[in-house]
Amino acid sequence: MINNQIKVRMAEYKIGRDTDILITVGLGSCVGVTLYDRFNKIGGLIHIMLSENKKGLNPAKYADTGIPLLLSKMEELGAKRSTIVAKIAGGAHMFSIAEENSSMRIGTRNINAVCEILKKEKIELVAMDVGENYGRTMEFYLEDGEVLVRSYKKGEKII
Amino acid sequence: VSDDFIKRLNYLEKDALKETGNIGAGNAATALAQFLNCKIDMSVPSVDILPISEVPEVTGGLEQKVIAILLKVMGEAPGNIVFVFNEYSIERLLGIVLNSKINMEDAGEFEISAIKEIGNILSGSYLTAINQMSNLNLVQSIPAFAYDMAGAILSTIMIPLSEFSDYAILIETKFSVGKNEIEGYFFLIPDPGSLEIILSALGFDTE
Repeated sequence: MINNQIKVRMAEYKIGRDTDILITVGLGSCVGVTLYDRFNKIGGLIHIMLSENKKGLNPAKYADTGIPLLLSKMEELGAKRSTIVAKIAGGAHMFSIAEENSSMRIGTRNINAVCEILKKEKIELVAMDVGENYGRTMEFYLEDGEVLVRSYKKGEKII
Repeated sequence: VSDDFIKRLNYLEKDALKETGNIGAGNAATALAQFLNCKIDMSVPSVDILPISEVPEVTGGLEQKVIAILLKVMGEAPGNIVFVFNEYSIERLLGIVLNSKINMEDAGEFEISAIKEIGNILSGSYLTAINQMSNLNLVQSIPAFAYDMAGAILSTIMIPLSEFSDYAILIETKFSVGKNEIEGYFFLIPDPGSLEIILSALGFDTE
């Protein structure tokens, strides 16, 4: 079987199905959100940078516009909203000394915003690996919905 | 608004930014050469205008383990200064500074302080040169340190800027010490509104 690897850059989302693998590399304070419909084997991955889209910029950059956008695009491709579940990773503090600086607490703010939007959209959050002080890579396997989270600090784990 | 401004930059303005980077980096290289007591080579700076989503890729692999030093630039034209080294280069650089063999995996507070100090010296002399040519009064914050995936570090640096813009401008210089044994990247990333201020301080009409 051919696995089709699809890269998702920062402020982007991608949708795949069946044997596709959606990958986002190097999440720092950004948050990666996977959405998965296991019955139709359709999944989406979005790499979110910020919580709120106040200026009408690229919707995929923000939790409040990106997650609803990804949901509706998945539905267009046949995903059933009531079966979609979410997993998230990222939201770290990358710089030890800059914790006082509010701009560096963005990780925590992003995690909170993503959780809030998922709740509002009535999407169940089934797993997460967030916070702390290290970068992460996510590999989202659409065959079974498993998400591999890789980091230098903690190695590999499946969520 | 700032996106339009970045995209409208003409070649003269880009050249002026490149020259600013050149003078800044030249001064920084001289300071580092004196500190290390060896020869430093520098590339001609490039001025890159990129979608922010592509910035984390500028040093090569997103997942490559790198050492980064971040200094906030404060004053009339705020922004960020970022240094990126690979492990091999920083170990060699520290070897020269501390006169001993260093393994980054075992690096403690002492080694990290030395790395931050290198960042301080480089960015201080870079900003001094820019201040002299522009009459701006830019100062640097204390350095912050990270040792992790290049993508995770650079993306995090870009987040505050991305709140106002989908594009970024990077003034990039590559420098090397000795026979390509030590290589590093130096970036000046002005905040969206700072570009106009820098250019008008250099005598451009940015209206």
